[in-house]
Amino acid sequence: MSVIVEIANLRKSYRRGDQVVSVLQDINLKLERGEFVALMGPSGSGKSTLLNLIAGIDTPDSGRLEIEGIDITGMGEAELARWRADHVGFIFQFYNLMPVLSAFENVELPLLLTRLNRRERREHVDLVLELVGLTDRAEHFPSQLSGGQQQRVAIARALVSDPTIIVADEPTGDLDRASAREILDLLETLNERLYKTIIMVTHDHIAAERANIVRHLDKGVLTDLVERPRQRGSH
Amino acid sequence: MTGVPLSYIFRNLWVRKLTTLLTAGGMALVVFVFAAVLMLAAGLEKTLVQTGSYDNVVVIRRSAQTEIQSGIDRQQAALIAARPEIAVDSDGGSAVSKEVVVLVVMPKRGTNKPSNVTIRGLSPRGISLRPQVHISAGRMFRPGSAEVVAGSRIARGFQGARIGETLTLAGKTWTVVGTFDAEGSGFASELWGDVDQMMQAFRRSGYSSVIFKLGSSADFDKVRGALEDDQRLTIEAQRETLFYAKQSEMMSSFLSVLGSILSTIFSIGAIIGAMITMYAAVASRTAEIGTLRALGFKRTNILAAFLIESLLLSLVGGVIGLGLASFLQFYTVSTMNWQTFAELAFTFSMNSRVVIEALLFSLFMGLAGGFLPAIRAARLDIVEALRSV
Amino acid sequence: MWSFLLRLVLRNCLRHPLRTSLTVLGIVVAITAFGLLRTTIDAWYAGAEASSASRLVVRNKNSLTFSLPLYYRARIEQLEGVKSVSYADWFGGIYIAPKNFFPRFAVEPRSYFELYPEFVLPPEQMKAFVLDRRGAIVGRKTAEKYGFKIGDQIPIIGDIFPGNWSFVLRGIYHGADSKTDESQFFLQWDNLNETMKKLAPDHANEVGIFLIALERPEDAPLIAQRVDKLFASSRAQTLTETEKAFQLSFVAMTEAILTVIQIVSFLIIVIIMAVMANTMAMTARERRGEYATLKAIGFNDSHVVALIAGESLLISLSAGAVGIWLLYPLAEWVGHRFGSIFPIFLVAPRTPLLAAAMALLIGVVAAIAPAWRASTLKVAEGFRGIG
Repeated sequence: MSVIVEIANLRKSYRRGDQVVSVLQDINLKLERGEFVALMGPSGSGKSTLLNLIAGIDTPDSGRLEIEGIDITGMGEAELARWRADHVGFIFQFYNLMPVLSAFENVELPLLLTRLNRRERREHVDLVLELVGLTDRAEHFPSQLSGGQQQRVAIARALVSDPTIIVADEPTGDLDRASAREILDLLETLNERLYKTIIMVTHDHIAAERANIVRHLDKGVLTDLVERPRQRGSH
Repeated sequence: MTGVPLSYIFRNLWVRKLTTLLTAGGMALVVFVFAAVLMLAAGLEKTLVQTGSYDNVVVIRRSAQTEIQSGIDRQQAALIAARPEIAVDSDGGSAVSKEVVVLVVMPKRGTNKPSNVTIRGLSPRGISLRPQVHISAGRMFRPGSAEVVAGSRIARGFQGARIGETLTLAGKTWTVVGTFDAEGSGFASELWGDVDQMMQAFRRSGYSSVIFKLGSSADFDKVRGALEDDQRLTIEAQRETLFYAKQSEMMSSFLSVLGSILSTIFSIGAIIGAMITMYAAVASRTAEIGTLRALGFKRTNILAAFLIESLLLSLVGGVIGLGLASFLQFYTVSTMNWQTFAELAFTFSMNSRVVIEALLFSLFMGLAGGFLPAIRAARLDIVEALRSV
Repeated sequence: MWSFLLRLVLRNCLRHPLRTSLTVLGIVVAITAFGLLRTTIDAWYAGAEASSASRLVVRNKNSLTFSLPLYYRARIEQLEGVKSVSYADWFGGIYIAPKNFFPRFAVEPRSYFELYPEFVLPPEQMKAFVLDRRGAIVGRKTAEKYGFKIGDQIPIIGDIFPGNWSFVLRGIYHGADSKTDESQFFLQWDNLNETMKKLAPDHANEVGIFLIALERPEDAPLIAQRVDKLFASSRAQTLTETEKAFQLSFVAMTEAILTVIQIVSFLIIVIIMAVMANTMAMTARERRGEYATLKAIGFNDSHVVALIAGESLLISLSAGAVGIWLLYPLAEWVGHRFGSIFPIFLVAPRTPLLAAAMALLIGVVAAIAPAWRASTLKVAEGFRGIG
């Protein structure tokens, strides 16, 4: 087992007018490779902020944040962008697909930042589209797909560059119950079969149950730790 | 009136400051150009109206278009001056002036560029025929001397035309002894001197024109008929007001053509700008429109709200544009009149007509730009609009 | 990567077809208007442009409205470096109505057309003109406009030279190139002088200007000086300058109007810049979330800036191209319609380049603010607008 995320004494606050609002206070967290973590908490608890910090799209005020042993707190914007391209796959509540790009092109996006040639990119994209079960929808545009299908495209996009971690912010927040179940099944499969490290923010208990670790955040402080034994270990 | 509160409309404009500023700014520039052309035309008209007096008659050679082209010999001039319809001045003399008008190239002050200046040789009687002319500095030229007085615009714009300076015209040296104001009339772009001195210097054996004042305004047709039918004369007689208006017909029609072409082209740009802005406003507020409709506002209320928003936007542009244009009043345009080939200076002039026309023009742009987007807003389906959160 | 960005830019342009087409329409109108205004300015200078630096014009020092005695010709001819001397008078006049304007000159036929090889006239027409004192020559454009044919009687009412004149058309000249004015009308100076002898004997044997052809063009300043010195103490002093300077002095007199047109031509660009900047600002604001997503995935600022600038430039440049393409037929139409005011109304080679530069400027300026905003956008904040 190797530690993949190591957070120590992490703090983050925002200025709102002339008031300073403390969002995260002294967060300490260690995650290991292959874990599926659910971050829960009421809105305003700081769970999305923590996720953004881990994903490198926001920067902390102080503290240490190491991913695979690399401290990302000191990186500049451009360096962070390159790092994200290599290490992070994103899944959003509202899918955030480019409306003018087809499913295939949306999935292909992260690969454009790699050295892969056109043929190699096609192979990768075809593979992940098959994995999420959307091979026959490759040429469809987001507006021609259902919410669940769009989220599966987004998952394929998060997966395609084989990132170190996948972050998901309320991935089922905009979906009906049936679609939500499909998405959660898919995430679970990724975690268990492909051994992907997933960090998911949610306030949905049904979603959180799929994770093997659930952490609660309240008013910027991590509280209890609930560990759920894996049903099918893959290591 | 609209049903939708005005404060809602105001705030929507305020929230999108950059867009509002860019759209209104574009419109302001269009209104600025529109107003500038109107002001130029108004300034030219003002100059011309004030140059002529209705009761003065200008006599020039038949089919000559200007005094420069005209020539009237001494015998003909004497016949004209003897008409009984001519007014009698308080001193018992008859109010008639035989004048010589020539164009002379003079260098402009500062740039040294040559330009044609109208030089008028006239008698003291001729001066009294132009009551709008006042000596503002120095004194009037002495008859029979090599002295000249310069119209205010000439004194300012040309080398050697200030009081105390000297000019060389037709190989002779002239002293500028005074400057005159002409209440914005075209005479301010002339240089005046003694008629006999001028004729001698420029080797003219005849006059250019004869100007007289009517004893009774109603006599004009009578005196014109008598003069133009006289077999010994080949002349034309016109009221001075009409004469000067015709002098710059070409310039006025040029300005009006230029103005209408520019306004059309420019307003297309501004209307498009307003349309884009208003279409975007409708699109980004689709949910709001749905909410308003659900609350009970009618389609016409929505239509009115968006139209008023667009009109407000254009009015802001119009007011800014007019404000910018008002600074133009400090500028004088000095150019060659194509018909007389002489320098003519006039100012941008803002009057209530210019203001009203410019504001109406800006509102027209707002209406034209806002109409289609407002219709789209009014036709939105409530349920679909609400769903587009 | 770049082909992908280009594809994205293209598709983004088509997302709001109405907005894009309105913006394109605005820029097309602005660029075409800009080109037409520049062409108008060039048309103003066309006379000076077509004039030669190797010809001198001699006129009365007072102003053009004063004449010079004919006998000056012989004295000028004797100066060293002078090849030949011709003379002309501005005849003016009215053909039926004042609006039917075309320039009319009284000239000495042989020497004048020798001096102006750009007026091309068949030799037999030239001969007919020389032989007929009441004859006249007219340019191709004017002949076409008024339907003049050789042998026609052309009546002119004199304004500077009074009387009801009538001329017989003996020839129609063509310009040697597109820059030659084909609107002028020439009558015989002798014809004019005979009439003056009868009507106004003290104005007989006087001419408006002398035209000098030089042996060597580089002698122009020297010979101009010599001519003026020759008549410095005569009753009519002269002012001699190259034909180009002479023409430019006319342009200078209406400089104020030219300045106005110049300002206006740039104002229209500024106005459309505001329209375009507004379009781009709105577009970029609506796509904030997409830019944030791209950045989250790992695209950097330069990619996002390229997307915005690419869209802005694609719109402005393609609209500019359409505007420039429209400029030519429109300029031809204007030249046809206002031929009497602007005998030469040609789009100069640099006008489309300048117009293209303006289109580029519009695209660049419009992209600045949105590109700046998008590149400084914090990814986490970009999502806040969505959720």
